[in-house]
Amino acid sequence: MEQLTQLTSKTTVLPIDDVDTDQIIPARFLTTTTRDGIGKALFADWRFDAQGNAIKDFPLNAPDIADCKFLVAGRNFGCGSSREHAPWSLFDFGIRAVISSEIADIFRNNSLKNGLVPVIVDNDTHQWLLANPGAEVTVDLEARELRLPTGKAVTFPIDNFARHCILEGIDQTGYLMQNIDNIGRFESNRSWQP
Amino acid sequence: MGGKTLFDKVWDDHVVVPESEQTPAVFYIDLHIVHEVTTPQAFNMLRENKLPVRRPDLMLATMDHSTPTVPVKDLSVLDDPAISAPEPAKQIRQMIVNCEEFGIELHGFGDHHRGIVHVIGPEIGATQPGKTIVCGDSHSSTHGAFGALGFGIGTTEVGHVLATQCLLQRKAKSMAVNITGKLQPGVSAKDIILALIGKIGVDGGTGHVIEYRGETIRDLNMDERMTICNMSIEAGARAGMIAPDETTFAYMKGRDKAPQGADWDTAVKRWKSLKTDADASFDKEVSLDISDLEPQVTFGTNPGMVVSISKPIPKIGDLSFNKAIDYMQVKADQPMLGTKVDIVFVGSCTNSRMTDLHSVAKMLDGKKVASNVRMMIVPGSEALKVQAEAEGLHKIFTAAGAEWREAGCSMCLGMNSDKLGKGQLCVSTSNRNFEGRQGPGGRTVLASPETATASAIAGVIADPRDYI
Ligand code: SF4
Repeated sequence: MEQLTQLTSKTTVLPIDDVDTDQIIPARFLTTTTRDGIGKALFADWRFDAQGNAIKDFPLNAPDIADCKFLVAGRNFGCGSSREHAPWSLFDFGIRAVISSEIADIFRNNSLKNGLVPVIVDNDTHQWLLANPGAEVTVDLEARELRLPTGKAVTFPIDNFARHCILEGIDQTGYLMQNIDNIGRFESNRSWQP
Repeated sequence: MGGKTLFDKVWDDHVVVPESEQTPAVFYIDLHIVHEVTTPQAFNMLRENKLPVRRPDLMLATMDHSTPTVPVKDLSVLDDPAISAPEPAKQIRQMIVNCEEFGIELHGFGDHHRGIVHVIGPEIGATQPGKTIVCGDSHSSTHGAFGALGFGIGTTEVGHVLATQCLLQRKAKSMAVNITGKLQPGVSAKDIILALIGKIGVDGGTGHVIEYRGETIRDLNMDERMTICNMSIEAGARAGMIAPDETTFAYMKGRDKAPQGADWDTAVKRWKSLKTDADASFDKEVSLDISDLEPQVTFGTNPGMVVSISKPIPKIGDLSFNKAIDYMQVKADQPMLGTKVDIVFVGSCTNSRMTDLHSVAKMLDGKKVASNVRMMIVPGSEALKVQAEAEGLHKIFTAAGAEWREAGCSMCLGMNSDKLGKGQLCVSTSNRNFEGRQGPGGRTVLASPETATASAIAGVIADPRDYI
């Protein structure tokens, strides 16, 4: 997993509520057996028309998009299917944090496992971010803090363990493997067997 | 200290290492259902790290998402571009290789129990009260109908379970949904869950595990309970559960993987303790009286955008709403009733079981599907197909002009060859009406099997109460 401590970047803004993972990456792109180049499929049906031409006014087609590493999204971003292809495609596209007032459970969980930081903020901060696309903000994972160009700083909640893994750039499988003896003991001591 | 909820009991029974402020719990999984779409990268992770699958005996493997719904006698059928695109065909072949290499039994083509992941678990008796059940598919909440804790996981976590049989988890909050009242004729379990999502919203359950309670739930059969638990995720919940009772045990008894003989009695005794204690409390409670509930249909592009069939679409007017009704080509203040229909899809892990097929057959008997409509009926598993045919249901379906297809996810998600064309409107018994869910540009109206069948006969969205 890619390591991240603190990052300053411009935001791109998608002011739609309840964006589901079928939009983030439509099902027909899930037929892949690898993760290679999956960013190309990100928001495929919102970025491109039926002929494959880029839709000009879609935020992720902006000419300066490569400079925008943060996606500010409407409430309840990432609802729907459990496809990890959704955070994979965002990450591959270049996004390093998703900022919203609410982020769906499974998507948030999958993001944390891939170094994509879910930043949940209060409504006022959210409204300000939605109204100011392109704002240069800092995501400080070390301090659990989002800093706005206005000077305002807000803390965001993030699981200690997931934060630790992203700060160190390590994946979570290792921790589970360290517990393999505990798992074996649990299996032999249960009162019933599945 | 108050009593425990059903969720507390199942949670506590699976904690290998408790959570702390610094680390999540190491949490044991009793059943892992794997399918071809969300597992290939996880098997690759095992290969890269030279890890075996820890408990192949606790895996249940099948193929359902990218499979075609025509007969596949042998795999060469997949090379026909009219039946399958090359990528899904490759994924299916890779699944066979992965299961062989890691010693997992696969319910593949021709196996009696191949079918939709959430249909075969209960059908085979592997879904049991008190188990923890995961799958790389968010509708794993379906298994909660048996008093199991079922939830969807991503591919990294699929790898975790393959390698260690455990997940790293923080305990979710609990939410009670109390449902009272008796369903009116023509109204079914699907309408209950759609109405609930309409009431609490697509994020109403975020961070919570729902327990469905109340007299209405007790009166439902297992198929209907599964329909309700299935769509818990559409309310944003991690899982949905129903305490097991005699209905549950009667359904399970004698199934292949259910305990047999003396083990059965021991298990039932344990399962009977799986209910919320009288003095337990929930983090959140919601009530729903369904006595006057009408059939429900969605009008927008998420399952919370839902309306009673006789009522007009409400005027909400925000950006998401406007985008949704624009996409759906419908208007605020107008009812969905009477909207022209192109496709009717009966199937998916929400509504593809015998109860659903029986309702559809009863309504279609002696009737014809309207000439402007293509109606597809897709059983959830090969076993259901066999059972329906033994009862002669397929004859009723085909005589009415509907297609009776092979088991699979089919048109639920637009990744096999069953897809909507741009602009086509489908009344669907599945669970998601997201933009393009059933094919790019396709328009999905979620409804019960009863509403879907009435609409197939009428050629427009119709009220099932006029057809029973
Ligand atoms: S039927 Fe649909 S929702 Fe159910 S498992 Fe298949 S794709 Fe997922």
